[in-house]
Amino acid sequence: MTECIECGADVTLHDNLEVGEIVDCATCGAELEVLGTGPVELDSAPELEEDWGE
Amino acid sequence: MQIGMLYSRIRRDEKLLLSELRERGHDVVKIDVRKRRFGLDEPPGGIGECDLVLDRCLATSRSRYVTRFVDQYDVPVVNHPETAEVCADKAHNSLVLADAGIPTPATEVAFTKEAALEAIESFGYPCVLKPIVGSWGRLMAKVDSRNAAEAILEHKETLGHYEHKVFYVQEFVEKPGRDIRVVAVDGEPVGAMARSSDHWLTNAAQGAETERIDLNDEMRDLVARASDAVGGGLLGVDLMETGDSYTVHEVNHTVEFKALNEIAETDVPSAVVDWLEERARVGREATV
Repeated sequence: MTECIECGADVTLHDNLEVGEIVDCATCGAELEVLGTGPVELDSAPELEEDWGE
Repeated sequence: MQIGMLYSRIRRDEKLLLSELRERGHDVVKIDVRKRRFGLDEPPGGIGECDLVLDRCLATSRSRYVTRFVDQYDVPVVNHPETAEVCADKAHNSLVLADAGIPTPATEVAFTKEAALEAIESFGYPCVLKPIVGSWGRLMAKVDSRNAAEAILEHKETLGHYEHKVFYVQEFVEKPGRDIRVVAVDGEPVGAMARSSDHWLTNAAQGAETERIDLNDEMRDLVARASDAVGGGLLGVDLMETGDSYTVHEVNHTVEFKALNEIAETDVPSAVVDWLEERARVGREATV
């Protein structure tokens, strides 16, 4: 568990967390980017940009 | 082997690849391109030692440039920057497919609102307006009438970015409520799925239903030729059924495969890593 930087709620995290991965806050729906895994550090994920995608 | 992965966001697809690479004992170097600087001669730390670098950048612009730099450092990179260059731009993509004699939807490019309207009127309604750079079905417009065409063109002209003033107009293909995505490595299919929707857009990112599909000889041939046309690599080739044949509307160079992996008979990340190992081995032998 770690705290959502948007709403402060606890965010449930799975075991094989990867730096660069995006996790969702189940409480407020914010997309959070994993900046570090030991200890877990989260920040707001970048907004969708026009050239994203395959 | 030491395998570099260029990324800016780790999606489910990248996690599958990372797991597969690590399970096989490879040394994986994750390269967050947002945090690196790329000079003209020397590679940033970690890249020069890689046997192969895999581009998994989410942003097309980054993908185009960073693969060019890695190639400049003489480090093998997939996909090749030329492939990224072709696939990143729908007009370029269409030209290359047409040049290779691969059936692809009729397309015209115009540079003013007036010329684009002429192109639309010549195709008739409905037809399709697409951004030349874009994905996941975003900003795609099915144009049903002249009124709609005028409004969409005016909106595109005021969007700001110059790329929106390159009007890419395409015939509307009456597909049977689905299109086909084939993930292939150097033209050899890894797996294929049909993407179905009641909506005219059938991108998985737009919520289309997916199901596994078997490829026939004609589809395999088109996938191989489309792959060759864009320079090969790990690709997503998109086909539409046109009744008694197929048309290839797009080839994607940073293909997502998580949806396919859930329904395919093949273990997609495993097949991709098999191919990466082979590419790394060939690259290493070429430098010895």
